Amino acid sequence: MDFLNRDIVSIKDLTREDLDKVFGTARRMERDGYDRGLLRGKRVSLLFYEPSTRTRLSFQAAAQSLGADTIWFAGIEGTSVMKGETLKDTIETVSNYADAIVVRHPYDGAARWAAEITTRRAERGEKKVPVINGGDGRNEHPTQTMLDLYTMAQSQGRIGGLTIAMVGDLKYGRTVHSLAYALGMYGCRIRLVAPEQLQMPPHVLSYLASRGVECTLHTSIEEVIGEVDILYMTRIQKERFPDENEYNRVRGMYRVTRKMLQPAKPTMRVMHPLPRVDEVSVDVDDDPRSYYFKQAGNGVPIRAALLAMVLGGIS
Amino acid sequence: MNVQKNGTKKGMIVSPIENGTVIDHLPPGRAVRIARMLGLTEGAVVIIGQNLKSTKYGRKDLIKVENRFLTDEECSRIALFAPNATVNIIRDSELVEKRKVSIPDVVEGIAICSNANCITNKEPVPTRMVTVSRSPVVIACYYCGYEVKAEDLRLRG
Ligand SMILES: [Zn+2]
Repeated sequence: MDFLNRDIVSIKDLTREDLDKVFGTARRMERDGYDRGLLRGKRVSLLFYEPSTRTRLSFQAAAQSLGADTIWFAGIEGTSVMKGETLKDTIETVSNYADAIVVRHPYDGAARWAAEITTRRAERGEKKVPVINGGDGRNEHPTQTMLDLYTMAQSQGRIGGLTIAMVGDLKYGRTVHSLAYALGMYGCRIRLVAPEQLQMPPHVLSYLASRGVECTLHTSIEEVIGEVDILYMTRIQKERFPDENEYNRVRGMYRVTRKMLQPAKPTMRVMHPLPRVDEVSVDVDDDPRSYYFKQAGNGVPIRAALLAMVLGGIS
Repeated sequence: MNVQKNGTKKGMIVSPIENGTVIDHLPPGRAVRIARMLGLTEGAVVIIGQNLKSTKYGRKDLIKVENRFLTDEECSRIALFAPNATVNIIRDSELVEKRKVSIPDVVEGIAICSNANCITNKEPVPTRMVTVSRSPVVIACYYCGYEVKAEDLRLRG
């Protein structure tokens, strides 16, 4: 499917061919350098209703390295949102002065709603402003998934056939939901490591089952460390737990140290969407199998590729 | 089978109607909810039968409503909560049409997403539910993807 003016809301809206197209563009940009003339005269609006460091900065860096302007807010302090403006009104307004909108929002489904608003505008005869989901509530974070897949392909030479363990807060973590959907497309084996109360939601599991994905549930990293190609760690969010002792017990369970990597394959890579708290020990940083900082760096080529494709810089 | 002209069995405690609709074969306990969903509880003459004997299903609920004829869209909404329902249209005491209901692809406006953090529960956004599976019937929110079984679907109002 053509990417021009396309909304990027859920990873499930994209096919494997679509994703491979984005990865191909990102790879060319990394190899040949960014063309500052590509998006000259275009303006990308970054509406970050929730704080973010990596996602916003890498979108901004991506847009600017292709010559586009950016306008943005990060956190709703001092914006009309504080005065009670609805998402609809903000999107209607910003659509007048942006060529693309990246939105991060605390509510699930906010990006889908934003995309619908700009689509309705287009039906009224205004230009279509594509919406890119920069993370909506606990729902999805598709560009994170794209960079995660890109990172897997970069570190392992392929995505299909890999065995991937996802560890930590699988219930509330939007990055792991999107990632699980995508890995299903590539025919990966999935190992889900989490305390029972933070396991992957049933609707994600049933989606994986319907696609015939080999997926197993575990409670400790040791059960899977020897077989996996990717150990994908996530942060357990303290605020999800009713009492602190419970949190501390669970947090301790999922802490990767360099010593724990001993039984792992030499080609195994540790990934993490960052920020980390202490679920990946600092001594892992020096192990050749750590890959999370490289992963974070991949946010720029992936987001640049995507912006170039939806804004028509690259067909 | 011993069936009267208007499609209900002889000897039933609910009396026949001249013009209107008989919604039959509802799972026991669902009739009131379905009547409310269809807005039948305001004004019209409605007879609700609960836990009636049914040869097919053991027990069933039934709704009779006078001078009201359901649209296809209303019939498909019934299917969400009562996939085996039959809708009988009665005119001049004659059964003129017997419809099976079928589950809709999309339900707009009437449902509530069960995900408290969904944009449709936080801002004025009309809901849109999409059928993702038909047996069992599973409905997903178009916006946030949250899934519920049809019988757990909550309705506005
Ligand atoms: Zn929802």
